[in-house]
Amino acid sequence: MKEIVVISGKGGTGKTSITASFAVLGDRDVVIADCDVDAADMHILLQPENAQSEDFYSGELAVIDQDICTQCGKCFDVCRFEAIDVSNGIHTVDELSCEGCGYCARVCPVDAITNIPLNVGKWHIANTRFNQPFVHAKLGIGADNSGKLVAHVKNMAKEIAEKYNRPYILVDGSPGVGCPVVSSLSGAHFVVLVTEPTVSGLHDLKRVYELVHKFHIKAGCIINKSDINMNKTNEILKFLKEEDIIHLASLPYDENFTKAMTDCKTVVELKDNKLKDILTQSWEKIKKLA
Amino acid sequence: MKIAIASGKGGTGKTTLSTNLASFLSQTNKVVLTDLDVEEPNSGLFLKSKLIHQEDKYKMIPEWNKTDCTLCGNCQDVCNYHAVIKIVDMIMVFPELCHSCYACSELCPTNSLPMKKQKIGELKQYKTDNFNFIESRLNIGEEQAVPLIKQTLDYVDKKFPDDNIYKLYDSPPGTSCPVIEATKDADFIILITEPTPFGLNDVILAIETMKELKKDFGVVINRYGIGNKDIDKYCAENNIPILAKIPNLRAIAELYSKGELLWNKIPEVKEELQKVQDFIIKLKKTTK
Repeated sequence: MKEIVVISGKGGTGKTSITASFAVLGDRDVVIADCDVDAADMHILLQPENAQSEDFYSGELAVIDQDICTQCGKCFDVCRFEAIDVSNGIHTVDELSCEGCGYCARVCPVDAITNIPLNVGKWHIANTRFNQPFVHAKLGIGADNSGKLVAHVKNMAKEIAEKYNRPYILVDGSPGVGCPVVSSLSGAHFVVLVTEPTVSGLHDLKRVYELVHKFHIKAGCIINKSDINMNKTNEILKFLKEEDIIHLASLPYDENFTKAMTDCKTVVELKDNKLKDILTQSWEKIKKLA
Repeated sequence: MKIAIASGKGGTGKTTLSTNLASFLSQTNKVVLTDLDVEEPNSGLFLKSKLIHQEDKYKMIPEWNKTDCTLCGNCQDVCNYHAVIKIVDMIMVFPELCHSCYACSELCPTNSLPMKKQKIGELKQYKTDNFNFIESRLNIGEEQAVPLIKQTLDYVDKKFPDDNIYKLYDSPPGTSCPVIEATKDADFIILITEPTPFGLNDVILAIETMKELKKDFGVVINRYGIGNKDIDKYCAENNIPILAKIPNLRAIAELYSKGELLWNKIPEVKEELQKVQDFIIKLKKTTK
């Protein structure tokens, strides 16, 4: 079983539309995992029906029992996250700032502080409209620990792939280079980098590749809207060559890309379009490389 | 006056709006632009600027000093992040898991885990023709953006205490902890989105987040003309002000791809920025 992760560094390069297209092309060979738990969008295209949903708990939150609290202020003194508010001498916890380290509870002389498990989101196992297993999740507003939710989504996808003997797990990653991305990359066999020929597209590609490189994962790249700036596309191609990244495909700028999304469809479902052929060839390449 | 530019979805135009608005607004007002998307900072790519200050940013992590350590294991017990682990006769620290809460260090009976600085990124201050620009950049491999965002905000507060200055913040994408940190001190949030099903889905998440934070916000629609009218409809039904609609033009995409500002070359963009500026200036007068 091989894990293929699609990331981009920069948002809005077409990562999710491309991943959803691969999902359709992968048919019965894939289990799909949407690991962009912060702003998940793939469900819009794949319209899954949830078969199982569960809350996800990770980390803790401090709660002060005002009946026991003597307002001594020890918790305020030790908190490094400015999470203890003091108003008229009453100490309370600022839920958004608390990082659940538990230090306050440990130093409270009257045991007025308890740590409760924190519900940080929900995850779902679903069936796409193509009848494929699809694991996705939604992080709660302002929640921490997105990396752990990503790891959980990936583990569920792995279990399903093993159970039903599916050769590929296809993962839609999140933008950036921080904890959810690191979590998406761990255990991956092949990374697909989606970029666009803009100064920011190339800048972000270089940064996220530095991370991929640290993990020693093989990578390929798709340049979306490649004809919007040929100079930048050539610069990207040069970078790919220098870093030994496989150039999987260049997609031309095509209104069909947005049109498909507006119709809540994947690009490869539209009839008579060039993008479909290019994406089909890319998917065949990726399967061999993974 | 602090204004954060945010969006649920990535790639909707946060940086385009931040850089163009900063440049436009600075013709007649004092402006500081700060790039808080420390994982992928892009604003600087669109500005011609001169570096005037640079400093390393750190987080504090415990470092084991074995001399007096009795291997009691208290450090491991008090760490909620599993960042400190006792293995046979050693204490191991995993810096990427550490949240710098100091519990292990301060609760150690023999002071064997003193806190030490570890570099997590860099802050740079630039000067453009008309305004100051600050950017922070997280080291690759460093997972936590929040401590760097926090320190960057502190730097701006200290260097530019005058509340008459328009302080613009280019925020990270999403709705999780980095966005909260970047927006929680702002007076107003501009949410930028695009008129597609993805754009709608993600702007609703962003709107819910801002409501949860009890923040005032408005929406700017970018690439207006592609997709559909669902965001117009959503905003009208929910009484959310639409501050501007930036049209979908190939010329914009081409200028953007080269890293150029738009407002001085594309009149439609200038017109829309004027609307945002009028809104902000009015807002500032009413909040005074």
